[in-house]
This record gives sequence, structure tokens and C-alpha cells, in this order.
Amino acid sequence: MNGDGSITAVGTEMRSYYGRPILKEPVWRPEIPWYFFTGGIAGASSVLSLVARLAGNERLAKRSLYVAAAADIVSPVLLISDLGRPERFLNMFRVFKVTSPMSVGSWVLGASGTASGTAAFLELLGRWRPVKYAAEAVSALTGPPLATYTGTLIADTAIPVWHEARHELPFLFGASAVASAGAASTMLVPPAEAGPARRMAVGGVVATNALSLAMQARLGMVGEVYHRGESGKYSAIAKLCTTTGAVLLRRRGRRSRVASVIGGALVLGGEASLRWSVFKAGFQSARDPKYTVVPQRERIRASAKNGQ
Amino acid sequence: MSDFATLADITGAPEAWPDTYGDEAKPRMGFFTDTSICIGCKACEVACKEWNLVPDDGLVWTGESYDNTSTLGANSWRHVAFVEQRTPLRVDQDGDGDALRWLMSSDVCKHCTHAACLDVCPTGSLFRTEFGTVVVQEDICNGCGYCVPACPFGVLDKRHLPASGPEDPTPLELPMLGKKEDGRVWKCTLCYDRLKGGHEPACAKACPTNSIQFGELDTLRDRADQRLAKLQEQGWNGARLYGRDPEDGVGGFGAFFLLLDEPEVYGLPPDPVVPTKDLRRMWASAALAAGAVAFGVVGAFIGGSR
Repeated sequence: MNGDGSITAVGTEMRSYYGRPILKEPVWRPEIPWYFFTGGIAGASSVLSLVARLAGNERLAKRSLYVAAAADIVSPVLLISDLGRPERFLNMFRVFKVTSPMSVGSWVLGASGTASGTAAFLELLGRWRPVKYAAEAVSALTGPPLATYTGTLIADTAIPVWHEARHELPFLFGASAVASAGAASTMLVPPAEAGPARRMAVGGVVATNALSLAMQARLGMVGEVYHRGESGKYSAIAKLCTTTGAVLLRRRGRRSRVASVIGGALVLGGEASLRWSVFKAGFQSARDPKYTVVPQRERIRASAKNGQ
Repeated sequence: MSDFATLADITGAPEAWPDTYGDEAKPRMGFFTDTSICIGCKACEVACKEWNLVPDDGLVWTGESYDNTSTLGANSWRHVAFVEQRTPLRVDQDGDGDALRWLMSSDVCKHCTHAACLDVCPTGSLFRTEFGTVVVQEDICNGCGYCVPACPFGVLDKRHLPASGPEDPTPLELPMLGKKEDGRVWKCTLCYDRLKGGHEPACAKACPTNSIQFGELDTLRDRADQRLAKLQEQGWNGARLYGRDPEDGVGGFGAFFLLLDEPEVYGLPPDPVVPTKDLRRMWASAALAAGAVAFGVVGAFIGGSR
């Protein structure tokens, strides 16, 4: 810290107010990354269930529907528990605002949760098939946006590491959702009938890791938080667990139930860790003013150069 | 401003303000904080706390000049920054020797033309008043916290109250305060209640040097231009307006500043942009990604349905 209240960032001359953050760190608690995880499972599982139903794989269809419903029931509980005023959760449905991904997401989750809950309940009862099919269709239609809007939600903030990845995050979260939903069903369905779920898990893992790399490469200096502190730790765990799990599923998943369960669990754990690494990255990005100031200064320099 | 993905131009609805207020619309009101005449008395901080019944923010000694408030937050709606510099006050003065200047600046919510907090609020608790200011309705806010990281200035925060106990020195006797977790977000209201009654905000009223000037935004902008011209003519070092330009990343501030150094020296972002500016393309990415999820799942069945 220099006498004039400026600090020097690594390799860059940067001034700040006693090194204090400019942005506020999010006030979200652990419920939120867990919701990113469960919402993703719910969204992709409801699609998996419908496609399996149409393809004639009844056991996969049923179990993935139960997974979707379970994840859809846990999700709002997590979200309500995170509110500062949980008793006011219904205020989420006072308005519908396209400028607020959280508003859009609340309605999507409301529709998706109601639909998959209804479908799973009727599946258990074994009655009112037309209603069940309609509910499954609604659940499958709202599933993909449920899996991806959370990426846009965090990107629609001033946090540099989230906002600058605004076009990658929905894809990353979508891929992570596919991987987790596939892994969950792989664990619950006998290997002989779990082929599509297994391919989702393996393909999803490849996609998440590729998208993570692409995102970090494009973020440049802002993305370095993914290699530091808690975010770095979760990133490393995510990479290790998802890769090991995917390799295990690919090599042994077809024949061994045990390998399917272990591989599925590793992928699930790894994808949860990925959500945590993205979540923590936002806090680290807000905490250090250099991630706010340096890119903005560069933007000013660039536009001054273009203006001349 | 077609450059911004506001609610209005996504939905095609009329611009929320001032049209929706019809006959009740008022001229846009704001602050011009001229930091060149701020004396760091913190009367604005005190007046704000008293009028708005803002609880204490903890008593700490930071060692950072005379600043023990440190930042805006749920319980600090005005914050006077103190910066000590070995820089001469005027450009014609000698740089070496004992040149020392003490910058003071009273920070506040910017009441942005394109306000991220208002855009992302899922309950409609944050709204734009008939004066063009941005206010949280505390009977609606459910403490989702979305506005907190959305604000490019880090103005909003969730209010956490100290746990109540026998040793808890809670100074206020309001029914709610100090008794349980508040859990909602709070920020400057530009004294909406006082404006309704035809009064100026408490901070501006209390400011002894008129560093905080309240009025119609258009008038304030003209006044700021004149003030800046005068300071530049007198050779003040680093004088500049911050947030006056309606073409900036947030469409101009409702509460803007005359600073004597770069914004980041005062803890302000040098080029703030409302995160919802690019929202239309962000939604396009989310939709494409949703499509990719659906295709990915269907693709997993290509190798067989079992």
C-alpha cells in the first residue's frame, strides 16, 4: 500500500481505496450452489425421462422421473431456506420480469416442479395416464431452461468472473446438468438398461471440462480465481472426480453395477464441486478490486484508442 | 436507448418511468456531490442515520485516515471517504516538498438511469419512484440478495443485526430492530418520504458546505459543468465529473460527483456498466444452451435406448 491509497496489482499499476473491494460479495449461502446442482439434475432428468419413455425404455423413464421429482422438490426448499425472509417466498410470484433471471427462473422452477411432482405421483399411483403424460411433457419442456438459466442468473451480476463468462456459463451449467442427471440414473438403473444415462454422464463430463477450459481461457486475468483459494480447490476436485468417474463408467459401466454406482457417484460429486468452484469464484472475484478496476481501465483505454 | 436491454425494450412496453406515472410524474431529482468543498465532517452520515433510523454498523477503528465507515452498505447509506495524497492541490504548484492534499468525498447510491438492482429484483420490491429515484420497498423485499452482487458500485447489502442478548447494546427501540435477523436489503432512498413532503434529503439539508447539492438533475448537471470549468480554470489537480454523462454504462447517475482524482482512488469503479445491458444476448445464450441440453439427451439415445 502506497501513501496515496493506491496498491499495485501483480504486473499492473492499479489504484484503489485502501485495497477495499468495490463490489459487494454475494450474500448467498451454501443452499445456492447446491440448488444449481439439484436444479440441473431435475431439469436434465425430466428430459431423460420423457425421451426414455418415447424410446420404450420404461425402467429408465420411471427412475429418472423419480430423480427429477425428488430434485425438483428439494430445489425450492433450498431456495426458500436461503431467503432473508423465507416467509415471503411467495413474493417471487408477484411479478414476472424478463430482466430478472431469478424471476424467470422462479416461474420455470414452479412450473417444472409442479409438473414433475405431479407426473411422479401419478406414476406411483398408476392412474390418470393422460394427465401424467401431459405433466411429463410440461416437465420435459421446462427442464432444459431450468438447467441453464442459473448460469445466466449469476452472469447477470457485476461480478467480473461471472459477468464476463455470460455466454459460457449457461452452456457450462447445462453440460453439468446433463452429466449429473445421467450419473444419477446410471446409479439407479441396471447397467443393461442404463446405456443412454451412461452416455449422458460421460458426454456431459467431457463437455463440462472442455467448456471450463474454454471459459477460463477467454476470461484471462479475471479467470485466475479458478486457480486460487477455495474456487481452485473445488475446481481441482471437480476435474479429478468427473474424469475418474467418466473413465470408470466408460470402461466398466456396461458390465458392472458396482462400477456404475461408483462411477456415477464420482461424476455427481465432481459436478457438485464444479458448481461450488463457480460459486466461490464469484466471491473471490468481488473481494479483490483489481478484477473490477483493471478490466474497466483496459476498456477505457481501448475505447479511447478507437475514438481517435 | 436501444443499446440497453431494459424491461421496456424487451417486452415492447412503454418505458417504466416517467410514463407510467402519468400526471403524477415529477422532474428527475438527484444529488450533485461536489467533493472539492467536502470538509469530511460526516454530518451527512449522521443526518441520514437519524432521519432514516439506520442502525449502527459496528464501532471499529480502521486506521484509514478519518474513515471508520469504510464502505456503503445496508447500515451506511452515506459514506465519507478520506484519501491522503502527496499530490499538490493545484497543477501549477511544485510537486515536491510538502505537497499534501486530503481528499474527502461523500459517497451514496447512484440512483442509476439503468439500475441493475431494479432490473434483477425478482419481487418488484425495488422500483423507480415518480422522482426517477430507485427505492427498495421493505414490506416486499424477501431478502433473495440478487441486487447485492448485481450493483456495479457495491451499494446494496443485506442487513444483519447483532444477535440480541443482555449485553447487546442495541441503540434503537423499533419493534423489529435488534430482536431478530432483518434479512432484507437496504440502501439510500434519496429520502423518498422527505421528497414526497417537498423537503430535500437529510444529508443535503445537513451538509454545511453545500458539497451535497440536491435538485432537479438537469439543473445539477448544468451547475456541475460550470463548477468544473471554474476549477479547471483555477488549475485544480485532477478535477473531473463522475456519472454526469447520460451516455455512460449506466445511462448516467441520478447522484453524480465532482472528483479530484480517478474514481478507483475513492473506491468507485472507473467504467461501470449495468450488467443487464447485454441481457438480450445473454437470454439467447441461455436458450441455445437449453436447446443443447435437449439435443444432448436425445443424442444419448442414438447408440440405443437401453
